[in-house]
Amino acid sequence: MERKLICIGCPLGCELTAQVEGGEVREVTGNTCPNGERYARKELTNPTRILTTTVRVRGGTLPVVSVKTAGDIPKGKLLACAAALKDVEIPAPMAPGQVVVPDILGTGVDLVATKSVERA
Amino acid sequence: MEACDLVIIGGGPAGLAAAVAARQAGVENILVLERDSRLGGILNQCIHSGFGLHTFQQELTGPEYAARFVSQVKGLGIACLCDAMVLDLAADRTLTVIHPERGIFTLHPKAVILAMGCRERPRGALNIPGFRPAGIYTAGTAQHLVNIEGKLPGRECVILGSGDIGLIMARRMTLEGAKVKVVAELMPYSGGLKRNIVQCLEDFDIPLKLSHTVVNIHGKERLTGVTIARVEQGLPVPGTEEYYACDTLLLSCGLIPENELSRGAGVELSLVTNGPVVNDRLETSVPGVFAAGNVLHVHDLVDYVSQEAAAAGENAARYILEAQTQTGPEIPVTCGPGIRYTVPQKIRLESRDEDVTLRLRVDGVYRNRRLTVLAGDAPVSSKKRRALAPGEMETIRLSRKPLPVGIRELRVLLEEG
Repeated sequence: MERKLICIGCPLGCELTAQVEGGEVREVTGNTCPNGERYARKELTNPTRILTTTVRVRGGTLPVVSVKTAGDIPKGKLLACAAALKDVEIPAPMAPGQVVVPDILGTGVDLVATKSVERA
Repeated sequence: MEACDLVIIGGGPAGLAAAVAARQAGVENILVLERDSRLGGILNQCIHSGFGLHTFQQELTGPEYAARFVSQVKGLGIACLCDAMVLDLAADRTLTVIHPERGIFTLHPKAVILAMGCRERPRGALNIPGFRPAGIYTAGTAQHLVNIEGKLPGRECVILGSGDIGLIMARRMTLEGAKVKVVAELMPYSGGLKRNIVQCLEDFDIPLKLSHTVVNIHGKERLTGVTIARVEQGLPVPGTEEYYACDTLLLSCGLIPENELSRGAGVELSLVTNGPVVNDRLETSVPGVFAAGNVLHVHDLVDYVSQEAAAAGENAARYILEAQTQTGPEIPVTCGPGIRYTVPQKIRLESRDEDVTLRLRVDGVYRNRRLTVLAGDAPVSSKKRRALAPGEMETIRLSRKPLPVGIRELRVLLEEG
């Protein structure tokens, strides 16, 4: 199967074409440098992202606190993780790095606060 | 108010980095004035990650990046006054400030650093026909609503403009459960970073329509939809109109440096950047008034804002401590075809010991070019670039030493090769 993607490594934005067979990347073309091939292989076999979103805060100086996954999660779980936070509410105060949801959706990655919210 | 040596207008990334650098360079009495009730500026609402790769070799979120600088500022004991808005800056550097508790007061520092950031281009500046219903926001306003106030502006969304904030908000609205139907971009290329095109649009199958714009807005009280059409040579092409039902239109159509105060002080502004014209010390046409960050020219990476602002802080410190109030002769930096602007726009011929950093943008998408700097007829720097785009700022560092004596200008050229 042929898969097309744009490399995000630099402003060049190479249009990469990869031959994928049985979940394995056989060949990458269209890249100008080795980073392009590395990027294509990762994106096509195990694409991961950091999720950044907000979670409601009870009794704080701000109504929501910004949060992130402390590490990469599978790209395919971004929407499910965001949706899982819809009804989560945590009490103030919050400090950066504080765990808001441990092991979010069984990814093995904690969701942590990225800013401080003081008690109102 | 006690006398202070340096006042920094704005407590965002530029102001904080400038304050830290000025203190480290030996300025004792520094005051940072911030209009919001928190330091950090726009970073507080930029909750996505990708900040700090150059500065901290780490991918931080906006609030985390800001917190690093806030803690440096606090650690150095630099005075910051939040909820303080500067009403006026005079040419003699007298500032008129208003604050809920202190009322109106004036300051007269030895130097001022402008770090007010920028604003988004609003609908009124875009000439979109149609009614003015509720549901039309700039992308940054929507970002504030979602990320700070915890409110979702709408459920079905169209985004006009593919600047980075628009792309980031496409993802943000999607994660919050809204449907982003399309991003329309007037230009044949996106103004945003590649990484954002991939991770904010492609990851969520949001279409990006290049050379398209909004030609009509529907709905009277609340937005009900928009009409999008293809654009050729600046005009919509008849017959290409498409209707998108939506309750929200986000505008990400460019940022404008916020220079009301600068203008009031008589600071010369560039018609290209909309920011002050500065020399290589980032000093404006008003002596002792420096500028850095998005107030000077719009940046795409906060790391560059911090670097530029740190330079402004050091230069302001030198101005204060060495009492170098006279600026010697300056030569212009001029732009060849394809280069939109450089910052600084002028170079002092004196102080030949300091290196010069030129930041610039090109006017289109180019491949396999050379950025060459000529001093008179002699090239003093020439660097190959495989790709250049208007959305990606270029930086050229010049060592002062080889600049020939008696040159009249530095010229930046975009050459084949």
